[in-house]
Amino acid sequence: MLSAEAALTLAQVEIRDRSNASCVAQNKLCPGWIVDNFDRYTGPLTQHIVLTLSSVAIGFVIAFALALVAHRERWLVGPIVGMTGVLYTLPSLAVFFLLLPITGRGTLTAVIALTAYTLQIIFRNIVTGLDGVPLEAKDAGRGMGLTERQLLWRVELPLALPDIVAGLRIASTSTVGLATLAVFAGAGGLGSEIIAGSNITFKTGVVAAGGLALLLALAIDVVLLVVQRLLTPWRRVKPA
Amino acid sequence: MTGPSASSVEFVSVVKRYPGQSDPAIDKLSLKVPAGEICVLVGPSGCGKTTALRLVNRMIELSEGDILIDGVSIRTRPPAELRRQVGYVIQQIGLFPHLTIASNIATVPKLLSWSREKIERRVVELLDLVSLPADLKDRYPAQLSGGQRQRVGVARALAADPPLMLMDEPFGAVDPINRERLQNQFLRLQSEIRKTIVFVTHDIDEAIKMGDRVAVLQKGGKLAQYATPPELLMSPANDFVEDFVGADRALKRLSLLGVRDIDLWKAPLVRAGEPTARAREAMAEAEVPHPLVIDAEGRPVGWLSERDLARDTVPAKPTTSPDPILELEDVLRDALSSLLEHGSLYGPVVDGQGRVIGVLSVDIISDFLASEEAKALAAGPAQRAEA
Repeated sequence: MLSAEAALTLAQVEIRDRSNASCVAQNKLCPGWIVDNFDRYTGPLTQHIVLTLSSVAIGFVIAFALALVAHRERWLVGPIVGMTGVLYTLPSLAVFFLLLPITGRGTLTAVIALTAYTLQIIFRNIVTGLDGVPLEAKDAGRGMGLTERQLLWRVELPLALPDIVAGLRIASTSTVGLATLAVFAGAGGLGSEIIAGSNITFKTGVVAAGGLALLLALAIDVVLLVVQRLLTPWRRVKPA
Repeated sequence: MTGPSASSVEFVSVVKRYPGQSDPAIDKLSLKVPAGEICVLVGPSGCGKTTALRLVNRMIELSEGDILIDGVSIRTRPPAELRRQVGYVIQQIGLFPHLTIASNIATVPKLLSWSREKIERRVVELLDLVSLPADLKDRYPAQLSGGQRQRVGVARALAADPPLMLMDEPFGAVDPINRERLQNQFLRLQSEIRKTIVFVTHDIDEAIKMGDRVAVLQKGGKLAQYATPPELLMSPANDFVEDFVGADRALKRLSLLGVRDIDLWKAPLVRAGEPTARAREAMAEAEVPHPLVIDAEGRPVGWLSERDLARDTVPAKPTTSPDPILELEDVLRDALSSLLEHGSLYGPVVDGQGRVIGVLSVDIISDFLASEEAKALAAGPAQRAEA
């Protein structure tokens, strides 16, 4: 037995469906369609997160190692900035296609390319952060008998942390954006929804995927900011 | 008197040459610092005083010669290990901005793997030692004033109770008023802890005030004179030292002497209610031309003016205040500046109980300076010929 209320709800759904269909047909922006089709984004979004986080993580490990070497051997800073700079300027699509014959289609190719793009930013920020450590703190540290390694881990890196996290934030935001191209390397991600079925002209789909990428970038940024604030309590105190 | 935890330091023909420089930064520097004393290295910029200091804890490596701490060459000790046994204070202090005051102070004890309880106890003890409130320990350096930070720097250097401290212009970045206070506080502290201290400054007044001995260095790291402050002021070894010590060295002598080291004038004392005739009698016997009113305990109340003297009895509240009231323990230079500040020719001097025991006047000090100058002139040429 159908109550009047249930009948009303059914009618509304039908109207919404009909309006969605016509909205899509007219290629307008259709929030209703996005709500109804949200399921199709969970897979690409997960892929996108994996691509971004693994690229930034691997990029961080490599850039960190390079920065520590360059911190001891100052003359290496120039060459490393130059090399990572070259990687940074290569067109990403070209890199995907160049890597395809070597690493094949898939996540690996995309991660290699995306990692390469993070190196420059992260490396520069770590070096800047280490350079910004007050000389007198280093002098006092050495004068009290800290070894170079103790000085690095107990004084220099903690003080460089804000710059290091700033680098990670820029790197991850730009990687979220670049990872939309990973679809051309066969690695999926939100890019696959932007060009869904080569129907790149479907406005609602582009906006939905793009919007998700934006939210993802924002979310990672906020998480990193919160982590940085938790790790650097001394930056929030009021000066005397 | 030296405590058990102070080391002697000896520079033995120390030479420091930097590659690419023809002249050495330190040239055959030899001097001995007895345990428990403050040795001040002083000189113009470029004289190598900071270099000499940093050679001691191997922040800079020796070219030739040796430095012995308690007779043991620093060359035999690994730098990091050596530095943990030698306190180090620099002008910019160099507190770690990301660590709390407690963690900053605990730096060396942590390196030495002290237990957590022992470190906590030591931090509280040290804050007290440098006269800082214990609740500062959870603050960060940015939350402290310059003077407080400076004292934390000293506490941090003292943390592991090192027998030797190196201090490079430790009060250089503090404003003059606070500097004076920190210096006095540090001298009081040193009278308790009796460390051996090598102290660098470019300020000859600070050198004279802080040093048991002062080493005057001249350009190229040559030792011009190594002497106690009075010796330095009375008989500079050469023209350079004389110049560096300054034309006002007689005046500087004042900072080495206390009010108790000088002959005071007798005060014409009267009490309230006594006949003024009695005050006139007292005046006739004393050098000070004004009677000083004291209370029942002998404490100064004020000076009688001509108007007060015109009355029959001494009033309880004389016209002129007794300020500045000076103490026997005051440094003569400070006493003089108190007099000048108050625009007063005379200041009652009181003992520990606040009782008047005499009067210090600007005249006494100027007579004293004149006789000092005469002595210095008489002694000067002879000693200079020796040197």
